[in-house]
Amino acid sequence: MLKHHGKFERHSWLMLIGIVIMISIGGFVEIVPLFRLETTIEKVEGMRPYTPLELVGYDVYIREGCYNCHSQQIRPLRDEVERYGHYSLAAESMYDHPFQWGSKRTGPDLARVGGKYSDEWHVAHFVDPKAVVPESIMPQYAFLLDQPADVRRLKNHMQALRTAGVPYTDDMIKNAKADALAQAAATPDASGLTQRYGPKVLVRDFDTGAGALGHVNGMVTEMDALIAYMQRLGTLVDFSTYNPDVATKPDTANPNTKVAP
Amino acid sequence: MTTLSPSVSFAQAGTGQAPVGYHDDVVKWFTIAAVFWGVVGFLVGLMIALQLAFPELNVAPYLNFGRLRPVHTSAVIFAFGGNVLFATSYFVVQRTCATRLWNDGLAKFTFWGYQAFIVMAALGYVLGVTQGKEYAEPEWYADVWLTVVWVAYLLVFLMTILNRKQPHIYVANWFFLSFIVTVAVLHLVNNVSVPTALFDAKSYPVWAGVQSAMIQWWYGHNAVGFFLTAGFLGIMYYFVPKRAGRPVYSYRLSILHFWSLIFIYIWAGPHHLHYTALPDWAQTLGMTFSIMLWMPSWGGMINGLMTLSGAWHKLREDPVLQFLIVSIGFYGMSTFEGPLMSIKTVNALSHYTDWTIGHVHSGALGWVGFISFGAIYYLVPVLWKKKEMFSTPWISLHLWIATVGIVLYIAAMWVSGIMQGLMWRSYDSMGFLEYSFSETVQAMFPYYVIRALGGLLYLAGALIMVANIYMTIRHGVPRERTGQISAHHAVTA
Repeated sequence: MLKHHGKFERHSWLMLIGIVIMISIGGFVEIVPLFRLETTIEKVEGMRPYTPLELVGYDVYIREGCYNCHSQQIRPLRDEVERYGHYSLAAESMYDHPFQWGSKRTGPDLARVGGKYSDEWHVAHFVDPKAVVPESIMPQYAFLLDQPADVRRLKNHMQALRTAGVPYTDDMIKNAKADALAQAAATPDASGLTQRYGPKVLVRDFDTGAGALGHVNGMVTEMDALIAYMQRLGTLVDFSTYNPDVATKPDTANPNTKVAP
Repeated sequence: MTTLSPSVSFAQAGTGQAPVGYHDDVVKWFTIAAVFWGVVGFLVGLMIALQLAFPELNVAPYLNFGRLRPVHTSAVIFAFGGNVLFATSYFVVQRTCATRLWNDGLAKFTFWGYQAFIVMAALGYVLGVTQGKEYAEPEWYADVWLTVVWVAYLLVFLMTILNRKQPHIYVANWFFLSFIVTVAVLHLVNNVSVPTALFDAKSYPVWAGVQSAMIQWWYGHNAVGFFLTAGFLGIMYYFVPKRAGRPVYSYRLSILHFWSLIFIYIWAGPHHLHYTALPDWAQTLGMTFSIMLWMPSWGGMINGLMTLSGAWHKLREDPVLQFLIVSIGFYGMSTFEGPLMSIKTVNALSHYTDWTIGHVHSGALGWVGFISFGAIYYLVPVLWKKKEMFSTPWISLHLWIATVGIVLYIAAMWVSGIMQGLMWRSYDSMGFLEYSFSETVQAMFPYYVIRALGGLLYLAGALIMVANIYMTIRHGVPRERTGQISAHHAVTA
C-alpha cells in the first residue's frame, strides 16, 4: 500500500480529497446520531425556555465568562451527587445556546444552585465574595447593581433563539420587555408572565433593592437578571416524575411522561 | 528516500531565467508578530495565574478573570501559535516546492487580515463580547472575517503547492495542508450562529445543549489536534532535519503517522465529556480513539527524535536543536498523559481540576512553545540574512529558564489537581464528605503561587529571546552570500 502513496504526493487535489475524507468520518459518526436518536435527550416534565429576565441573566453569565471557572454538569458519581444534587440530564440544557457545562471547577458546580441560597446571599456574594465566603478567590461583580438590564434588545434575542430552535411564541416575543419588568417586580402585574411561562416562575425583586439603581422605581438591574437566572438553575425538571428507565427508552409510550417541546 | 529529500535547488529548478526570490517579507512580518503576540499571551497568562492566587488583582469589569482568560488562551493559541504557523508554513512551502509563494498581494492580505482578527477578538473579550464557547469565543462578525482570511490562506498555500517545481509534495506540507483544511471545517461547523441583528455583536449558536457540547469539544479537541499538533508537526518535519542536517528517519513512518493521526484525532473529542449527559456510546468512542491516538503520536515522536541518528553529537553544542528535541520530548510526554487522562476512571478524578490545566501546558509550553522558539531561532538569521543569532549563550539561557518554568508549572498543577480531585471525593469516618468546596480552594494557594512563578520564568525566557532577535536584526553579522536563494533549499539526503 505504501508504494502507491506516491500518487498522493504527486497530486495535490488527491491529497486534499484524501485529507477531507479522513477527517470527516469521525465527526460524522459521533455528531449526526445525536440529532437523530430519540434517546439522546430524556423525556422529562418541567423544562421550559428561559423567561426574558432569565435570558438576560444567561447573557450576563456568558459575557462575564463564568463558564471559565464554574461547571453546570453534575456527574453520576457518589460524591458529586451528594455535594451538588441529582446528576445532570441532557434535557436540562436543551435550550442553552450554547451549553454551559464548563470544563473546570475553580469554583463549585452551579447546575443546581437554584434555590440553595437566598437572593440576599447572592447580592452580598456578587458584591464581595470574600464577605460571604472568606476563602473565595472569585472576582467582585458589584458593578452589576449599577447596570440596567438590557431589556430593549430582548425581542431580537428571543427572535434569534427561535430561529435556532427555542419554542418561543409570538406572544412571548411581543411581551418580552413587559415580562422582564414584571418578573423583577418592577411592574405590579405578573399574570401575563406566569400565564406564558407557567405558575412556578419566580417573581420578586431579585437584587433586593440594593445599590443605587435598585431603589429607582421600575428599574431592573443586571444583578436582578443574573440572580433570576441562577435561582432557576437545575430546578425545572420534576424529578418526582422522572424515571430514567422510561425516559431514555424510545418506544415506551408512557402517558404520564410528555416529550419536552 | 528521494520523496522526502527534495534536494533540487531553486536555481536548478528554474526555467533558466533569472531566479525570482522567495517571498520572505511576509514571513518576516509573521515572525515578528508571533514574537509580539507570544509575549502578550504569556504576560496575560501570568496575570490570570496571579489573579487566582491573589484575587485582589481583578479589575472589574474589564480585567476580571472571566474576561481575561479567553484573552490569554486566544493570544497564545491563535495569535502566537497562528502567526508561527503562518510564518513557518509560508517559509517551508516555498523551499520545499522550490517556488515563490503564490500571489504576493493575497499573502500580505492574510497577514493584515489575521492581525485584524486577533485585535477584534481580544477587544471583544475585554468588552464582554463573546460566544461563551471555549477557544471559539469570537462573535459572529469576527468568525466571518476569519473565514475570509482562512480561505485566502488555503488558496495561497494550495496554489503554491500546485506551482511546485518538485514532483513530490514534501511531508511537512501534508501536515500544514491538513491543518489548514481541518481548521476551516471545524471553524465553520462549530460557529454556525444566528446574529440577533445586523449591527449587533450578539449572536446565539444554532447548536444547543448536548449537541452543542459534542460539537464544541469535537472542535475544541481538534483545535489541539490540528492547530497545535498537525501544524506544528509540519514544523518538526522541516526544521528538525534541516537543523540536524539529516533526512527524516523513516518515510514509511511518516506516511503511517500522517494518515493515522489525522483519522484518529477527529474522534477524540468526547473524552472532554466523560460522565456528562452525553450518551455513553459517544463517550466510549471518544475514549477508545483517544487511547489509540497514543500510537500515531509516538510514531511521530520517534520519527522526529530518530532523525538525529548519526547527528546526536550536534545536540551537545546547538541550543536551537536542543529546543527542537526537548519539544519533541514534551510532545511524547503529553501525548502519553492525554490518553491516560481520557480513560474514564482516571478522568473521573482529573476532570474539572488543575491536572487538565497542567496537561495542556506541558503540551503548550513544552511542545508548541519550544518547537516554535526553535523554528524562530532558525528563521531569524535566515530571513534577515545574518550569519547566526546574535548570542548563542542567550539561546541556552532561554532554554533552561523556560524548562525550569515548565517543570514548576506542570508539577504544581499535578499536585494541586490530584489533591483537589481527591479532596472532593474524600469521606470522613462517619460517611460524610470530608471537605467543603471552599476548603479545597484554600488548599490550592501555594500551588497557584508556584505556577505563577513557573509562568514568570517562561515569560522571562521569551523576553531574552526578544532581546536576542532585536540584537540579531540590528547588529548581527551579515551573511556573505546575499541575494541568492539557492543556499536554503530543503533537506539534502
